[in-house]
Formats: sequence, C-alpha cells, structure tokens
Amino acid sequence: MEVSILPKYELKESEVKIVEEIVSKYKGKKGSLIPVLREIQENIGFLPVDVQKKVAKELNLPEKEVYGVATFYSLFSMIPRGKNNIRVCLGTACYVKGGKKIVEKIEKELNISPGQTTPDRKFSLNVDRCFGCCGIAPVIMINGKVFQRVDPEKVMELVYENEK
Amino acid sequence: MSKEDPSRNKYRVNENENENTVEIYINEKPYLASPTKTILQVALENNILIPHLCYDPRLKPQGACRLCLVEVEGMPEAVPSCLTKVSDGMKVTTNSSHINELVRLNLELIISDHPLDCMTCESCGNCTLQDLAYMYDIKETRYKGRIHHKKVLDDNPFIYRDNEKCILCGRCIRMCDDVVGASAIGYAKRGFESEVVPAFDQPLTETDCVFCGNCISTCPVGALQPKPYMKKARTWETTMVKTTCPYCGVGCQINLHIKDGKIVNVSSDIGKNVNEGNLCVKGRFGFDFVLSPQRLAYPLVKNAHGEFEKVSWDTAIEIVSTRLEEIKQKYGPDSIGILSSAKCTNEENYLMSKFARAVIGTNNIDHCARLCHASTITGLIPTFGSGAMTNSVEDIKYADVAIIIGSNTTEAHPVIGYEIIKCVNYHGLKLIVIDPRDIPITKHATLHLRHYPGTDVAVLLGIMNIIYQENLHDKDFIAERTEDFDKLIPCFSSYTPQKVQEVSGVNEKDLITAARLYGRAKNALIFYSMGITQHTCGTDNVTAIANLAMMTGNVGRKGAGVNPLRGQNNVQGACDVGALPNVYTGYQSVEDDSIREKFEKRWRNKLPEKSGLTVTEMINEAKNGKIKALYIMGENPMLSDPDILHVAQALKNLEFLVVQDIFLTETGEFADVILPGACFAEKNGTFTNTERRIQRVRKALEPPGEAKEDWQIICMLSKAMGYPMDYKEVSEIMDEIAELTPIYGGVSYRRLENSSLQWPCKSYDDPGTKILHQKSFSCGKGKFIPVDYKPPAEVPDREYPFILTTGRILYQYHTRTMTGKVEGLNILAPMATVHINSEDASKLGIKDKQKVTLETRRGSINATALVNPRIKKGVLFIPFHYADSPANKLTNPALDPKAKIPEFKVCAAKIKPAL
Repeated sequence: MEVSILPKYELKESEVKIVEEIVSKYKGKKGSLIPVLREIQENIGFLPVDVQKKVAKELNLPEKEVYGVATFYSLFSMIPRGKNNIRVCLGTACYVKGGKKIVEKIEKELNISPGQTTPDRKFSLNVDRCFGCCGIAPVIMINGKVFQRVDPEKVMELVYENEK
Repeated sequence: MSKEDPSRNKYRVNENENENTVEIYINEKPYLASPTKTILQVALENNILIPHLCYDPRLKPQGACRLCLVEVEGMPEAVPSCLTKVSDGMKVTTNSSHINELVRLNLELIISDHPLDCMTCESCGNCTLQDLAYMYDIKETRYKGRIHHKKVLDDNPFIYRDNEKCILCGRCIRMCDDVVGASAIGYAKRGFESEVVPAFDQPLTETDCVFCGNCISTCPVGALQPKPYMKKARTWETTMVKTTCPYCGVGCQINLHIKDGKIVNVSSDIGKNVNEGNLCVKGRFGFDFVLSPQRLAYPLVKNAHGEFEKVSWDTAIEIVSTRLEEIKQKYGPDSIGILSSAKCTNEENYLMSKFARAVIGTNNIDHCARLCHASTITGLIPTFGSGAMTNSVEDIKYADVAIIIGSNTTEAHPVIGYEIIKCVNYHGLKLIVIDPRDIPITKHATLHLRHYPGTDVAVLLGIMNIIYQENLHDKDFIAERTEDFDKLIPCFSSYTPQKVQEVSGVNEKDLITAARLYGRAKNALIFYSMGITQHTCGTDNVTAIANLAMMTGNVGRKGAGVNPLRGQNNVQGACDVGALPNVYTGYQSVEDDSIREKFEKRWRNKLPEKSGLTVTEMINEAKNGKIKALYIMGENPMLSDPDILHVAQALKNLEFLVVQDIFLTETGEFADVILPGACFAEKNGTFTNTERRIQRVRKALEPPGEAKEDWQIICMLSKAMGYPMDYKEVSEIMDEIAELTPIYGGVSYRRLENSSLQWPCKSYDDPGTKILHQKSFSCGKGKFIPVDYKPPAEVPDREYPFILTTGRILYQYHTRTMTGKVEGLNILAPMATVHINSEDASKLGIKDKQKVTLETRRGSINATALVNPRIKKGVLFIPFHYADSPANKLTNPALDPKAKIPEFKVCAAKIKPAL
C-alpha cells in the first residue's frame, strides 16, 4: 500500500463528529491509541489520513506513531471500505476445507483482490487468519455475521442475500 | 524533609558514574571498569572490537542488531553486550568461534537484502556494514530470496533517504525521538514491508523535522545522506579540518571535509566534545556563505560619486590610518569609536581592544554583547561575582529540574536544546518552561508558564514567595554561603500567586506547582537567554534569577546553577578578552590604577583612565556629533540595533566610517572604506563558548581574493599608525592574553591542540573549571539584591494594543549575512512572519499567510502573518533577521539603566492587513 496512490477522502461532517466523540472519550488516558483507532474504524470503515492526523493531535502523539500503528496491524486499513464488508477465513482449517476457492470465486465475481473495494464502493473483500470457529469451516463473514460450511459455488448468493 | 529523595528518580545519573570500581576480564585480560557501564562500553573504551550496528553512544542501547553478542562465563547463551552491565569478576569472551559464527550469520542475513553497490554508494569508506563485511570476509550471502525495491525520499532541501539501503536498526528514529525531540520519522508497516518513513509518507517539510541531520550522523550504512553534499567527493579524497562552528554560542566541534578548496561535507566526532557529535541545521548545512561569490575579496574605497572602488591594501590602510590620525588630532581620541565582533576570534578581539586603547587611546570599544547579555554581567557580578554560565552542558544530566526562562533553546541554541530533551527522555529531568510563546521545547516540559513579555520579575518573585512560605528554601546554604537574605524577604512577600496572576497572566495553580518542583529538587538548573536580558529591567530579571537560585542553594554543584546561554559563537570570548568599554581582559577594570599600570607596561603606552562608551551610546553620540569616526569589525548595527532609522542617521552623520567584514552588509553601504576579512574557515584562532570553554578554530581554506585574516588587518593598521604589532602566529597573541589575564593564565595552543579548557584556568597545570562557585562564590559570599517588578518602558495602550516581542528562528541567523547565502535555509524560511494568536487574528480579519503591516511609534514594516494558537493572546512575535522586514525599525531603544541594553523584547504595536 502506498499512501500517495490512495484516493483523497473528504470526511463527512457526521464522520468528523464521530471521530471527535470517540477521541474525547479516551483523551488523557494512556495506551488509548489502539482502542481509539479500532472504534473509529468500526464506525467509518477505515482510517483516512485526515482522521489519523486528528487522532495524533487530540491524543498528543506524534503523527508517525499513529501512522506506524495503523499500518502495522492488519486489523486496520487505510483503504476506503465498501458498504458491505466480506471477510474470508484462510486459517488452517478453512484453508484445508477450500477457503482459497471461496476467495477466488469472490475475486472473479467482483473483480477485486483481497484488500480492495469495488469502484462503486459497494463491496470490499478481506482475507483473515482464523475467526475461531474451525469446527464449522470453511467460514466467511459478511457485515459482521458468520456463515458456516460455505460452498464456493454458492458463495455469491450468500453475499447478495445479505447485502445492505 | 524539604528536599526530594534522589533515589525516587531511578533514571537519575549517578554522579560517580566514571569511578572504576569493578574488575572484569575480557578475553582473559583484566580491566577496571565502572559498574554503571555495559560490556560494550567498557570494550570500546579499551579498544576491544565488538561488532555493532544499532549502538550509538548518544542513544540508549536497544539490542536490535544482534551483532554485539558475547559469551559471559556462567550464562547459558550469548548475551548482547550493549545491554549487559559489567559486574565484578565477570569473564567475557568476544572472539570465540561460536561468537564469530553468530556474527557472520547475522551479517549475511542483513546483507541478503542490502544492495551491494558499494562502488557508487556515498557512504563507501564510511559505512559500518561495509567495514564488518570486509572484516568477516563476506562477499555474498547464502540467503537468496525476495529483496526490497523502495523509493528514494528526498523532497526536502537537506535529507536524502534511500530505504533500499536501510537495515532498520532504528538509530535515526531514536535520534529523532529521544534527542532531537522532533519525532518526524518512524517505523511503518510490518515484517518484510517495514520501513522508516515520515508519517503518511509525506515530505519531511510537512513534519516537525528540524533538518539537524543527526539522523544522517547516526546511520551506520548509506541509507541517509546529506543532500547538498552528495556527489561532491569520495570519503578518502577529502582532508578533514577540526574546528568550531561559527553560529551560536554552544561551540559545537565540527569537521570540515575539504576537497579542492571547497567544503564538501561537514561532520562531528560522535560521542566527543560539548556537542557529542550532534549538530543543528546551520552547523551541518549552513556553509554556502564561505565560497559565496558575494564575498568581499578586495579593499574598497567610496569615491566622490558614492560608488565603491577596488584599491590595493597599501592604499586602503594608508587612507584609514591617515583619516583616523587626523580625526584623533582634531577632536581627540574619544571622538573615535570601535565596534569589535563576537564573530571574530579571541585573538582578534584582544588586538582590537589593544588597538583602541594603546594605539587610538580610547576606551570606546564595545561589541554586540551589549545587545544580548550586558544585563547578565550587571546582574550576576554583584550577586555571584561572575557573569558566565556556572555549569557545563555535560552537567544537565545530573539535574532533577530545569527551568528555561526567556530562551527558545531548540531554535537559538539547538544542540543544548537537544541535550535537555535527551535528559528529559533518558534521565527523568523535569522541565519548566516560562515563556509567552508555545516554543517547540514546551512539548517536552512538565509545566509551561505562559506570562506576558516583560513580567518575568513578577513571576520569579512569586515563585520565591511560595518557596519561602512553604519552607523550601535552603537555610544552611543561605547562612553559610550568602548574605543579605533578610533584605530580600520584603521584596517578594507581597507577590502572592493571585497578584502574580493579575500581573503576568500565569495561572496561580501552575505557579505553585512550578515553585514546589523547583524548591524540592535536589539539583536544579536555570537556563535563560535574551528573553530575560533584553529588557529595560534586564538587570533586575537576572538578579531575580540569581536570588532564586541562591535561596534554594542551587549553585556550585553538578546539575545546579544559573546558565545564561550566550548568543554568538564567541560573544563570551569577546567579553573575556576585553572588547568592552570598562574592562581589559578577564574583566579587569580600566579604572583600577594598578591594573592599568600592568597593561601600560605590557602595551608600552599610556592608556586612557575613564571607561568608554557602549555600542548604544556610541550610536547616540554619533548622531549628536561627538563621535566622528567608527571602525566596525564584523557587526551589522543597521539591522541588529534597536530603532534602525536612528542608527542610519547616526552613521550618515559620521566623518569617517570603516567597516571590516566578509560581506557588504547593510552597515557597509554607509562606509568610506571597506576592508575584506576572512571567515572562520579561513583563519586560526580560538572561540570561547557559552560554558566558558576555549576551543580552537583552524584554517581550512584560503580567504577569497586579497581578503585577509582580521588580526592581520589590525596589525597592518596599527603598524601604519606607528605602533607595530609583530605576531608571527596567532598562538603568540594567546600567550600574551594568558600573561595578562588571570582567568586565561593557563591557556596555550599546545594545551588546546587535542582538547579544550574551561576558564578560570589559572596556570599551565590547572585543568580548568567545569563548575563555578563550588566552595565559595567568585566574590566570596553570594549577595542577595532586592528587586521589584517594573513594567516595560512601553506598554500597550488604545492606539498600540499589542505587545510586540522579537527573537530568532532556527533556520536563519542574526542579520542573515551568512545564512542568507544558504539556498536550503532560504527555502525553509524565506521571509519574515509575524506570529499572531488565532483569536486576535480573526477579530482583526487577518488570515494565515496574509500580508500585514506592523506599526509602532518608531516606524512600520510589512510582513506575512502566521496565525496560530501557539502565541499568547495580545502578543505578536517577529524574527529580527530579515532586511526586507527589519524588525528593529520597530523596536524601542529604551535602555536598562545599568546594563545599557535596549528593550528588544517588548514594545507596543498595532497590526492590520497590508494595503
């Protein structure tokens, strides 16, 4: 990922408000950077540069520290998220049970790779390492909801059925 | 118990850190060592090689590179020597075959993803990785795999980063975080993708980077390069000349790398000298002026049409000597004034003083110390008996608390600023900043008291009052070492926190916290600079600081003292060797008969008995017609003195003006004769830094054209006026200074060759003095002198509602005679900006970067607005460097009655959008 090729993202007024609310909750507390970034990402879907700058300023941290944390953890993303968030598990159990095929199917259907978002910003695709439900592998998660024993051939039906 | 228990601060540096009390064995040989040190430190001290890449003596060890592994008897595994402290009887092996195998393995892993393009790498010959590969005979790696392809980051004037060569040792990051305090760069991403970048990959100019280049100095490979010096020379083609930086008073030791008569790089010895190898942007990159085509290369004389004409040295010297002689005969010697220079060497200032007194016959000699630290002398001499910094820079690490008042340390004395930041980060130093502006170092402060300019005495009296009320003063010290404390009590007792808040705007609670912090500290330092001295109450400000330090017993110990930071590279030295109207060398009074006789005997001439005029008085008397001729060496009063319209009138009024300088300055334009001098890189001599340290200046280049070293010019002139000064070498001048000056008595070039000396250094076996006033004050007992708060000479009113204060910025220096010729510095700081508080600006309809007009009772100038919340409401700040927006057209020439220092720091002003 290169910051320079990311599209410039203008924060909506409502998003600015959300960021401010989250930051004010943690202000002055030590070790609050990761929870703050997590909450923001849950609400906005990703961590645009302007948000990170704001967090740095409000939490009185160097910008490079916020950026370092945001790029270190795979949990965080600086790439704009789609409205619908598809996460495919490729942990050992899911991998063995054909998780890879699920990814390939979605890639082909939506024409994006893991980590990307469709140009209409409807769907984004991510790959994760184990959701902790290996007994029902292979699993995927659509907008936070887990689906078990997914058949690669039928995965797109699942996606469209659960689209927001 | 009133004092803080030092053991509560676990980071505090042990004052006996250098005592070797344990014995360890390295490769079976015994060594004495201090238990505060690590195995690596002890090995390096004893020239035992332990390979390392992530260790830098300036930084806390990190243990990241895994190359410094050693075997220690009794430990199951090899240990990193940079993190393991030595202990008595420890047996260390550094060169077993097992260790060698480990080092080889780690080196091969590093090299597996490092370009092997040594033949074109700028760092070839100066690269630790290359040296280690050579030593361990590693030609290629066994580990083939993916390699990086990374972009070069160089969209800034000074720092070139090639992350393909980066080995991720983290030294640059730690340097930037822990020492410089800028936190401009950090690790981003993870695993194989990890790299060191500024936040969001933005250019360094968008970050808090201060372009000191200390990241470059710590990089063990070729990933970081000084951009302006690239592709100039291979390391082995250059000769290195060790000398002293010509900018501020810190006196950093620098190495000029010379090839074909050009400066092709600047470095500093790591871990040595006052600066430990750290430099600032000016000291590393600010040398384009040396070879500037605008340098004066020939003597010039103004012809009848007012144009300068090139003449020979003989003609120039003849004109100057005849005209000075004529004026001396016609109006008397006191009609001539001499401005010496804090940029020139001790030897040159000494000769200038000798020239004024023994050749011209006047004590009218002064220099710009008058405009910066005259009040330090008038404030500290009566209280302590000496006007110099009491401690050394290396002392800061022993302090528990430091107050910075009226000093924008990281911009005006950057390397001392870095040392303070490092002590905050590494040694638990608590910092209190007292300043009207949110200056960069406040980021590292425990507490920031933001007072109105000119109310320092009120704040200090408030602190003293709280300390006294809470019984935190040092009664033993007061009783044994000082006198007149009872006279002090009534002057502070009315300054309750509430009253101080009314006068200065400092929050009551903060004032109490500050007083308790300082009062309870075991060792506390005070640093101050022009924000204290440049006031009509400058002497009172300094006296109040001295009183505060004495009442808490914070004088005369490691980590406890009062430290005025001197502005110019050699302002301390110029004062020491007598470029002042009332004293000869070593502050020996001209009005003392026995001292005058000593100098008359040595200088073989009758000397004037009365003190002479100060800089500001000479300018006034030139306007009044009493001073007829001025001889100005290396000063630019047309930008640096207050109320410069007044200075212009004075200079026009002179019958004869000689200016000796390296460039044609604003002052030079008024001259009848201009004499081209040599800059610091073209002469031998000594500078004395702010901590009284006398250090060598060495000639690296020839002066341009016919320009000459300033001491030679003074000798030529003196000879033409019938007083031959025959010195073959500058060292002879220093010998003469040593002979006449008790505090310089032990100084000689032989002793200065490989080290430096801090005065007082009274004899050739005296090692010099790191800390003043240790057992008793220079004047015996310290004297408390009562002071009271007086408002500045000009306070805001309805017509001029703002307080205007002036100062320096990091990227320019004084009147820009030198920094104005450095391209990169002008890119970073191209013009004067007026700092204005965001609320004030919005009320007046002023937007950021808008042109504004700034006006005081003396004049008006245009500049660009810098709207920010970092300056206090009602206060404006403008740097004084720029000739296009000359701040000193605005400043108030009102003087401190004792020190005669002008009030640069406060005047009433108004501001509006420019038409």
